[in-house]
Amino acid sequence: MYQYYAKWIREGKLKVNSDWNKDLKVKFTVQDPCQIVRKSYGDVVADDLRYVVKSVVGEENFIDMTPNKSNNYCCGGGGGALQSGYKKQRLQYGMVKDKQIKATKADYCIAACHNCHSQIHELSKYYGGNYSVVHLWTLLCLSLGILGENERAYLGDDLKKVAVYGA
Amino acid sequence: MAEQAIKLGGKRKSIFIDKVKKLLPEGGNLNLCLTCGACSSGCPATGLENMDPRKFLRMAALGLDEELTSTPWIWMCTMCYRCVYACPMKIDIPALVYAARASWPREKRPKGLVGSCDMALRNMSRSAMGTPPEDFAFVVGDVLEEYREAQPEFKEMKAPIDKKGAHFFLNQNSREPVTEPDEMVPLWKILHLVGADWTYGSKGWAAENYCMFLADDDSWKKIIETSIDAAKELGCKVFLNTE
Ligand code: SF4
Ligand code: SF4
Repeated sequence: MYQYYAKWIREGKLKVNSDWNKDLKVKFTVQDPCQIVRKSYGDVVADDLRYVVKSVVGEENFIDMTPNKSNNYCCGGGGGALQSGYKKQRLQYGMVKDKQIKATKADYCIAACHNCHSQIHELSKYYGGNYSVVHLWTLLCLSLGILGENERAYLGDDLKKVAVYGA
Repeated sequence: MAEQAIKLGGKRKSIFIDKVKKLLPEGGNLNLCLTCGACSSGCPATGLENMDPRKFLRMAALGLDEELTSTPWIWMCTMCYRCVYACPMKIDIPALVYAARASWPREKRPKGLVGSCDMALRNMSRSAMGTPPEDFAFVVGDVLEEYREAQPEFKEMKAPIDKKGAHFFLNQNSREPVTEPDEMVPLWKILHLVGADWTYGSKGWAAENYCMFLADDDSWKKIIETSIDAAKELGCKVFLNTE
């Protein structure tokens, strides 16, 4: 999916821009889903992912985690962990990810993988980081000015009213 | 740190690791360990259940098959492959973990995983939430209708199911149609804007596959095949995995 997002932006089919965030300066970091990055396409796709993210939130508002790309840590939601019942251990596993995110001081963590999204969302609440966790599609639409008010379940209060389509 | 914690029992069968080696290309390099610990130091599951990847591998090498196939740690490792990435010898520890999962009697494996896998086998959606194809079609149609009416720029937007000859076969995680249908819309909008020719399949639309995590190979295959067959039957060129 990220390769296509990147391609469509490069081809000018998705006219995204980051003007909405020029003054707001909301900070974003991004999770590298193991399944897509380390286990499948490698850093090439991680670079595409960053290209898309920077295009929609602004280069200066993106803060990478350390380590990142293929060397990033798993969030702890993969491998069936969300359904295997060992919740305490799953959250302990996720402590590494939570610390990485907090270290970036970002307001948002972009999790363009369903498993990561659920897990990191829970980590944010459990460890009190209270950063928001969003899908990439949400931000793409936000930056295109086509995100309606009912499509903002995962945006924090700071972005609930920004560039609302139809408003 | 882990080595001294391993108690050597009487019998050293080493059957398990040999079996796994046979399954893997180059034997998964399972006997090339330098005990450097790079795997464990970068594994977020290190320390859970007093286990870590290097220790797990050493136990396998020592033939402690019973401990290996009984520790619940194998369900806490997420198969993330970071250990393999970090390992100088590219040793495939997660493959060993997978084999250990498969060695558990199916009914003893974590209930949540068994349940999600069984749900997916119930109907052709292959959804871990058991949503049948007609329910999916209803939700998609309903949400689409609502947005086409409410948002004029998108009154031509489509969300086809089983469209023959579509370029992309898109899958969908069950959580959206079941619990937060509005979350399906942003991606539809993106696809609409770029003019992508895409379709869902009434068969195999669900993106998740818990049978794989359950290490139930036959069911895993069945689920994947449902989606692939659906995409082929419709003549789609690209299988597009959702976010
Ligand atoms: S990183 Fe590889 S070589 Fe080093 S201890 Fe782990 S498995 Fe052995
Ligand atoms: S695959 Fe398992 S053992 Fe290897 S780093 Fe990931 S969680 Fe740890």
